[in-house]
Parts: sequence; structure tokens; C-alpha cells
Amino acid sequence: MISATLAGKRIAVTGSTGFLGTALVERLLRCVPDAELVLLVRPGRRGAEDRVRREVLKNDCFDRLRRELGGQTPFDALTALRIRGIAGDVSVDGLALDDAGRALLASCDIVIHSAATVSFDSPLDTAVEVNLLGPVRIAAELQRLGVTPHLVAVSTCYVAGSRRGEAPEELVEDSPFFVDVDWRREVDAARRARQDAEAQSRSPEMLVEFRNKARHELGAAGTPLLAEKTESLRVQSVTDRMVDSGRARASSLGFPDAYAYTKAVGERALCETRGNVPVSIVRPSIIESAWSEPVPGWIRGFRMAEPVIVSYARGLLSEFPGVPEGIIDVIPVDHVVAAIIAVAARGPLPDPKPDVIQVASGSVNPLRYRRLVDLVRDWFTEHPIYDDRGQAIAVPDWSFPGRGRVQRQLDRAKTSIDRAEKVLSALPLRGRQAALHATLEEKRSLVERAEGYVKLYGAYAECEALYGLDRLLALWDTLDADDHASFAFDPRIIDWDHYVRNVHLPTVVIQARVKTTPGAKLGPSRSERLRKQVLDPSRQLAAFDLENTLIASNVVASYSWIATRRLPREDRARFVMKTLLEAPGLLALDKRDRSDFLRHFYRRYDHAPIAQMEADAAEMFSDVILAKSFPAAIRRVREHRALGHRTVLITGALDFLVRPLAPLFDDIIAAELGQRNDGTYDGMMTSVPPTGETRAYALEAYAKSHGISLAESVAYADSSSDLPMLEAVGFPVAVNPETRLASIARKRGWLIEDFHKAPGAPGRLLPIAPPRRGAIA
Amino acid sequence: MATNKRAPRPGFVLDVDKSTPPIVFHHGEGFRLEKLPAGRTRILYPADPLVGLPDPDGAIRDALLHPIDCDPLPALLRPGMKLTIAFDDISLPLPPMRKPDIRQRVIEAVLDMAAEAGVDDVHLIAALALHRRMTEAELRHAVGDRVYDAFAPHGTLYNHDAEDPENMVLLGVTKHGEEVEMNRRAAESDLLVYVNINLVAMDGGHKSTATGLSGYRALRHHHNVKTMLESKSFMDQHKSELHHSNWRQGAIIKDAGIKIFQIETTVNNNTFGHDGPLSMLQKREWEWTARDRASFVTMHNGLKIMKTSHKRKIFNSWQAPYDLTSVQAGEIEAVHKITTENVYKQQLVPVQGQTDILTMGLPYICPYNVNSVMNPILVMCLGLGYFFNLYRGKPVVREGGVLIMTHPTPWEFHPVHHPSYIDFFEQVLSETTNPLEIEANYEKKFAEDEWYRHLYRTSYAYHGVHPFYMWYWGSHALAHLGQVIIVGGDTRAVRRLGFRPASTMQDAFEMASDVVGRQPTITHLHNPPILMADVS
Repeated sequence: MISATLAGKRIAVTGSTGFLGTALVERLLRCVPDAELVLLVRPGRRGAEDRVRREVLKNDCFDRLRRELGGQTPFDALTALRIRGIAGDVSVDGLALDDAGRALLASCDIVIHSAATVSFDSPLDTAVEVNLLGPVRIAAELQRLGVTPHLVAVSTCYVAGSRRGEAPEELVEDSPFFVDVDWRREVDAARRARQDAEAQSRSPEMLVEFRNKARHELGAAGTPLLAEKTESLRVQSVTDRMVDSGRARASSLGFPDAYAYTKAVGERALCETRGNVPVSIVRPSIIESAWSEPVPGWIRGFRMAEPVIVSYARGLLSEFPGVPEGIIDVIPVDHVVAAIIAVAARGPLPDPKPDVIQVASGSVNPLRYRRLVDLVRDWFTEHPIYDDRGQAIAVPDWSFPGRGRVQRQLDRAKTSIDRAEKVLSALPLRGRQAALHATLEEKRSLVERAEGYVKLYGAYAECEALYGLDRLLALWDTLDADDHASFAFDPRIIDWDHYVRNVHLPTVVIQARVKTTPGAKLGPSRSERLRKQVLDPSRQLAAFDLENTLIASNVVASYSWIATRRLPREDRARFVMKTLLEAPGLLALDKRDRSDFLRHFYRRYDHAPIAQMEADAAEMFSDVILAKSFPAAIRRVREHRALGHRTVLITGALDFLVRPLAPLFDDIIAAELGQRNDGTYDGMMTSVPPTGETRAYALEAYAKSHGISLAESVAYADSSSDLPMLEAVGFPVAVNPETRLASIARKRGWLIEDFHKAPGAPGRLLPIAPPRRGAIA
Repeated sequence: MATNKRAPRPGFVLDVDKSTPPIVFHHGEGFRLEKLPAGRTRILYPADPLVGLPDPDGAIRDALLHPIDCDPLPALLRPGMKLTIAFDDISLPLPPMRKPDIRQRVIEAVLDMAAEAGVDDVHLIAALALHRRMTEAELRHAVGDRVYDAFAPHGTLYNHDAEDPENMVLLGVTKHGEEVEMNRRAAESDLLVYVNINLVAMDGGHKSTATGLSGYRALRHHHNVKTMLESKSFMDQHKSELHHSNWRQGAIIKDAGIKIFQIETTVNNNTFGHDGPLSMLQKREWEWTARDRASFVTMHNGLKIMKTSHKRKIFNSWQAPYDLTSVQAGEIEAVHKITTENVYKQQLVPVQGQTDILTMGLPYICPYNVNSVMNPILVMCLGLGYFFNLYRGKPVVREGGVLIMTHPTPWEFHPVHHPSYIDFFEQVLSETTNPLEIEANYEKKFAEDEWYRHLYRTSYAYHGVHPFYMWYWGSHALAHLGQVIIVGGDTRAVRRLGFRPASTMQDAFEMASDVVGRQPTITHLHNPPILMADVS
């Protein structure tokens, strides 16, 4: 009787916040009534106990137990009695335990180590620290504490490497196929690889490249934002490099990925360093949703096969590599949990070598790749996923090509998307057209994701190893009927058809939150929801950019209007020619740095008579600003005001030109020109114009002086040079965004508004003032 | 000067038979040719343009020297006095007339006499009430360059500003509780001369000053749904509550001691010219010459392929060769009586009995979109407000009948002239088209809105409340009609107005049959040139 054997035992568990760990804790809590559990978790900000409560016990895995106990209160009472959370970290030597934690660990009879970084694309050094060194550190700490509990280390079947044929339950070093490497050197090399990657990413050439890339992505967003982006690109490149290193090292030694490789070397290291700590190694294959415990289909998180399955159902993965008659070695999580508990209950074997038990299905009850694909296709044909328009998505037929062919297909798709993207980003697009670009970008990320799956999981789909289960089945045979009922782990009982159709896929669909009902989406659209948030009375401030946010005009147009207003007819043509010739240069300058451009451009107002500017600005208000205004944008300003929000116009335009807009706003922050004593402007700005990051600072200063929280504020702008301002507020809105901002807004889930000129607005090719003949008083 | 040799014929009611050619319908900046059902359709044609006065300047001078129930103008002028000349704004006449504008002729005559009398303190005010300010070019067109250059630079020629609290005075309250207010300069002048162009029977009388120089506080007492529902029609001053209210306010103005010298003028029907590119539009179709036919077909097809903005430019540049048919000056009510008779003389067409379906072709222009865009709200106002009310006696269409109008009704707005219209269309009409609900729930908010006020005062925007008045203008028709159909309009915009869109006249008749049966009588208002149905 397992529960009787483990009664009164204190069991330490690592990795309890993970998929397997959570199931393990649940089962121990529910089926081994008298065992006490010590959960070693990284403490996070609020401490270990809190993390256990929030990230483990709140999970729906425990719903069954909660129900059986009669609610949350008795459940809390039970867990308070039987579960202790201690702060610890297996990626740190000494496990980062405090004295109490050490004492508690020392008092345990069994330690189940299930913490791992299971992600198949972990950076090499992370995988090494956790998967390779984790078990070593636990064994070392136990030895340091002078205790010898039974250490059950969870590993993976794939430590056998990518190979065909039998893979029995034996230690890695006993396998004829294992390329024996010195684990200490592997650790050193991984750490060095990190240092090398860091160093390389900091080389001047790379830094220039990151900066250019950031500029390409963000445009003239201002130095601080560009710096931030550049650094994040650098960090990403280091991570990417480490992931590549992991994959490369793994495949050089015959493993499908860094996970299997570090686990294999980790087993080797554990055997070498365990001292007198008795060790059993449990190796599951691919763990998937529960067969029956706590409930059929229970799963935590989005695991390995799910993203692939969902991408397939969405019609995104039209091909996936694999051998049709190959075996997909899947094992439900509850079987793994039961096997681990059975091993723990059985205790260590007297054999001096650690015991190895594999929990898999392939050798006794194989699920063939073709069968799996058929089941999945049939199921999604019967229960299709629906697209945004409410149409059922037809699933593709897979022809099981080789990995190379799929890779080539994806490469081709990526190249053509890249090309289209390049063309589009070179065009001066706005609003809806710019959104097209963003869609393209989304498509590319889908292709990239598909590519990722192929890279990551292709090896698994092609793996044809058969994992021996002799010891597992022998252990099964030693158990009595009660244990067979409560701790089932015989893979022969699994009916794969039933499992895939009725247990696994329904769960996957729920987990992926895909649309499973036909018809167009009911209820408010995403934009409507965002708009509602933006127009919530609890917002405090709404900041607006001017050009292309409120009006379809710019400082050059206003200047030409003002400049031609009092120009005799005969000089107008010359002025127009001159301005047209200058335009490309001005545009280029504007693109490089907005405040430099404004500084340069506003020199033209040198000697402009102040009084005349006032009068002309009043006329320009109608002829340029209002004529080219976006009525919906103006309405939005007024809506904000009506809701009691403070409205602010922040613009690099000159203050005297935008003054007629004053009644629309509570305040206007604009560029100002210095004045001469003779009543003219001197063409020099009195302060840095509110553009780029200065705009964000200006907004922050404004908010501070008015006691406003920017987190509760809204900002409207059209260009990536406004990013600092948009990022500064809690509710950014991209108005008619140009390409870069469109894709940024889309990625970050910002509200995108399409404001346009009033249909029927008078159009004028050139911003020239109508000839003025006399004054209107 | 008129070039036709025949004596002008009166208006005419044609009974459509099989030989009747397709009829021209105005359709915004374009036209439609529609074959109307024979045997049950009649078409109301306006009278030919009356012959204009041979010497307009002489006639004006004569009217000023021999006013009705009033001393001659020179006798009212003296040195040191405050003289204010108010004049009708851009909404009159329609379309704008060729130079010289009647206002220019009259104002120059008045100014000559004022100069002779040694009057220095003269202000000229465009009496635009809550309409948009006139631009420099528009003012120049109305008063002439000479007057403009003499006054505007000194700040003595300007647009009325009904939202300038400093420069509006409350003159009193009528027995009905109607406040009366007026432009301060006009009210505090020793003499207020008002220069009218009385295009339709609604214009002039006490309405000139009581409305033109007034503001929201006073206008709301008659520019409202109740008044409009009781004005049947507002073109018939004796049965118009709009006029009764204005007349009551006029009495208060008089009691306040404001001396008004009213000058009213009428023009003939020569909207499109006796010759020139549009002349066929004021001819009866069966009388078209081969040349009329050819130029119409060319124009019609040309317009079909042209961009709206270009068409708008072309039509907006049309100036009517109107002739002055009468001018009378003096005491308001006496003057207005004669003026109305003169308007009727040109426009009234006797019609026997009502009809089941009234059809009308809406042109590109109405009083509120001169040099601008005819937005959907103005389409409603022109059709259900102005054209529907061009009747005396009974409406041309029976109660519960159907109105079919043709107009492209584009979802287009002039952002400078009609900002509050845009919001009215987006925010008010999307909720309700019921005039009473609109008045109760939204009017005050728009009327007192600071931003609209700012645009009205400093830019060229109609007042925030103006779209409401447009909607109220149609409330009598809305209450009277069983259905309104717009042929060839933007479907979304027509639905927003609460009307039904039809793609062809045939479809419209089919849709109307649900309301008026399969053999309805039809009357087509062949307007403009303007006609007013005298329904018995």
C-alpha cells in the first residue's frame, strides 16, 4: 500500500510550480493522507509561502480536492497543516536556503526533484545551471547537511539521444551510444559561452548594428527610447546566441536539444557526485494532459504539442516534418506522477548504482505519428476553429515531408514577406495602409513561429527510439489492486483514440482560447473596448499631438500660407517653386531629428512682425487648420473635456499659430520664438521644442504640476517620434499611424484611431494663402 | 437685361401624357432625366422671369426719396447722427447674383444721401444672425469694392456677432415671453437702414431686424419645433407662427424707439439666364431647341464623370443674372405688404387640390451652403423645409402622402463652415431624428458650446445651434408626410436622416406604393427657378 508506506513521511518537492510538480503535489495531498510536503520554490517578491499559495494551490488541479473536502476553508486548513513552502533556488550553489529551510530539508525522508527548465529553446547556460547542476546541487546540499533521504530525480527519456531502436532503462554512462563528456567542462564552457556572447554583442560593429535596427524600427523616437531599444536588441541577441549554442552543442553530441543534453549530462554528474545519497531516476517521455487524475484532460500551461496542434488547426502550419510510422512517445501527466510516487514509496534499491525507471508508452502501446495526425485532423474537421469573421478554418493535409523541405518552404515565405515589407516601409503610408504593413509583420511572425516549431520539435517527430519499460512494468506488478486503482501508471491501459479525441484535444482548445463557435464575434470589438477605457471618466488627462493627429497639415504648410499671405501675385510662383525645391531636404532633416528641423526651419520667421502674425494666424486658423482638421479628432478632444479630463495640446508648432485652438484645450504646450524690441520675432526658439523625448518630459512635468497621474492619462499621436509621449501614459492612442507606429501599436495592443478630414473638405494642392486685399475688422 | 421678346408667361400646370418628354430633375451638382407616369402626374412650372426694372438705380433712388408711410430718407439724415446700414448676408439671393449686387446698388444710394447730409458715423453690418461670417471676398461681392475699401479698413464694415455679450442689447420681452435682442450698434443708432433682398415670401418684414441682427436668446423663441409645426407654411406670413413671433418682436423693437428705415427689393426668376450654358433649366422640356438638348446632354454626361469637388467649384461659380423687379422703402409692415405681392407675382402658381406623391429635384444650393458643401442635413432642410413649404393654402402633398426627392446626399461636410453639423450628424441623428426629442435633449448643449461659439465668432462657422434649426425647419413636413424617399442618395447618409434611399425613381414609386397605393397622383415641383404653389 503506497499511501501506508508514505504515511508520516516528509517529502520535499522541487519544481512544484511546474506542470508535473503541481500534479505531484496534488496527488500526494489527496492520495497520501498522512505525508507532509515541503515545497522548495524561488521566493519571488512576496516569499515562498505566498508563491505556493498563489501559483500552486490556486491551480484548478486542486479543484477536485477542494470539492471533495467541501470548499476552500477546509482545503486551506488541510494545506496549512501539511504543506510548507521554503525559499530555495536550484540554480544557486547551496540552493539559497536559509537556516530554517535547511533544517526543514534535512528533516525530509524523500526529495523529489522535478524542477527543470523544460523549455526546448532555453539558452545553453540557463539549461546547464538548472538541468545539469540542479540535481548536483541538491545532492551536494544533502551531503553537506549530513542526511541521506531518497532522492528521486526526474529526468527525460530523451537523454537516450536522437536514435533509432531500443533505449533501455539504464544509466547514460552505461549506454554504448553515450559520448562521455566531462560535465565540469560542459559547465565551464557554457558559462564562457555566455561571456563570449556578451563580449561579442558589445563590439562596436554590433552596437552600431543594433542601433540602426532600433532606429529602423522606431524612427526618430528620441535618444532615450532608441537607447532602450538598442539595449534590448543587444540582450535579445545574446539570448538568441545562447539558444543557438545550446542547440548546436546538443546536436553535436547527438541530442535533439539542449534540454535532453543537459538532462543527460546532469544524470551523469548526479551519479558522480551523489556520495551516499540514494538516488532513483525517473524518466518520462513527452508529458501531456492527464488521463484521469485529478480529472481527465487536466493540463497546466501551454506545453510542447499544443502550440503545434493549435497552429495546425488554425491552418497556419500547412506542413510539419516527421516520419508517418514513427512513434510519438506521449505519456499522460498522472501516469508520471503515479510512477514517481510509486518509486518514492518503494524506496531506493540496494544496488550501488542509481535506479532508472522510464515512464513512456512507445514500446508497449505505441501512438504512431500518422495515427495522431489523422485523429487531430478528424477532430478539427468535426470541431473546427473559427476565424475572426466567424468562418470555419479548414485544416490542411500533411504529407510528412522531410524537415529540409518544410524549412525551405518557410524560408521562401519569409523572403517574400520580407521583400513586401521592405517595399511597404519605404512608402509614406498612414492609417489603414500602414495597418497593412502591420498585418504583414504579423504574418511574418507566424511564419517565424512555425519555423520555430519545426526547429524545436522536428527532431522529436523524427525520433524513432523505443524506450524500454521493463522496470516500470515490474514495479507495476508489485503493486496491489488498491494501488493500481489510485496510482495507475500502466501505459498499456491508454486508449489513444479516446485520449486524443475526448481528453486531450478538448483541453487544448480551451487552453488556447481559440474561437470554437461560428458566426461573427458578438459584443464590443477590441477597438470599442479600448475606446471605452480611453473615454472612461476616471482618466485624468488627454494629451494631443497636432500634426496628422488633429489636422492634416504641418509646419511647412503653415509657413507657406503665412509667407504667401501678403505676397504680391507675381512673387507667389517664385515662392512656390523655391519651397518645392527645398521640400526633399526639409523632409530628410525632419526624419533625422525633429527638433533640429524645427530649429532650422523657424529661422524663417526671423523679422516677422508679431502683430501681423497674430492677424494672419487668425485667418490661417480657418483656411488651413480647420479646413484640414479631422472632425472626429476634434470631437474626441471635446469628449475628453466633457468627461472632465484635462486636455492638453503638445506640439512643435509655433504658439502664435496654434493659439486659435486654445478654447479646445485646457492648456497648450507649443514652441515659442524669441521677440525683438522692434515688435518682430527673432527666429530663435526660446526653449527646446516639445518633440520626441522632450515631449514626454513636458508632459510629465505638466502632469506633476497639476497632480495628475500619467498612468491614468491618454495620449494621441501619429508618429513613432511621439513614442516617448505615448509610452509615458497609461492609455496611448495611435492616430492614423505611420508604418512604424502602426506595427508598434498593433503589437502592444494600443487603440488605433483612423481620423480623417471631413469628406467634402476643400482641397488645395499647395498651401498658399488666398490673395488678401484688405482688412476685415 | 432680359432678352426674351415675348411677354413673360405665368406659371403652368402640365398634365403629363404619353407625349411628355423626360423631365429634368435637379440632382445636386448634376441632373436626372425622369419619365413620369402619364395620366396621373402633373408638373408645376414656374412663371417666366418677369421683366426687370429698366433703371434699377433710378428706381432705388426714387424709393428712398418717396418711401411708404415714412419721411424721405434725406429728411431722416443729419450731421452728427449715428447711422447703421444692415444688409442681408450670403444666404441671399440664391445663387449669388451677378455684379453689381442689389445690396451694393442700394447701399451706395443710401451712402450718397448720407454723405450729402453730412453723416460721418456710419456702420455697415452683415445681418447674419447665427449664420457664418462672410469672407472678405463675399463682402466685397455684396457691397462692392468701393464701399468695402471705404469702410472695412476702418472697422466700420463688419459681420454681426450674436455671441459678443458686450455688443448685444436686450430690448424687451413680448407678451408671449419672447425676449428681443439686437446688435448694440444697430439698436443705439439714430437710424437703422435695413437692406433686403426678398428672394422668397419668408424674407423681410420684421424678420429682417428681429432675426438678422439678433442672437440665440431671442431666436430660440421662434426657431423651435412648436413654432415650425404651427407655421403652415412659413412662406405664408399670415399663417406662419414664425412670422407672428417675429412681428411681436418687431413691435418691441419699435417700442424701444429704434427707428428703422426698411428697404425691400425683389428679383425675378432669371436664375439660369435667358441664354448661356444653363438656360435650358428655366425652359419647359418640350420647348427645348436642338441646341438646348445638345448642350444639356453634353453637360449631363460631362458632370457624370467629373469629381464632386470640381463639379462643386463649377456650380459655385454660377452667378444668377437676376433683375430687380421692385424696390420699396419706408415703414416695415407697409413696405413688406407690397414686397410680398411682388414676390407672389413672380412665384405663385395656382394648383387645384393636393396630391399623393410630391416629387422634387434638389439643386446644388440652399441658403446655407453658398461657396460650401450641401451636407445631408441641408438636403433635409432644403427639401422638407424650404421646398415643401413653398405653398399657400394647403401643402401640395396630402397628409400622409409621400415626398420623393432627388439628390446625391453625399456624406460630406465643410469642416470650416459646418463643424457643429458634423457632430450633429454623428452624435444626434445617430440617436434620433425626432425633432422634439432632438430639441429637448441636445439643443442647449450645442447652442452654448464654447468651441462652436469660438468658431462662429472667429472663424467662418455656422453657430452651434444652426443644424438644429435646419432640422426644425423640416418638422412640419416630417409630421405631415407618410414617407420620405431620396433617389440617388448615399444610402448610409439617407438612412441616417431617417429617410429611405432608392436607386431609381421607379424604385421610389414602388416603395411609395406601400403608403399611397398603386395608382397615386403625383405632382412634380419644377423648381428652381422658384415657384410657390397656391393650393386650393
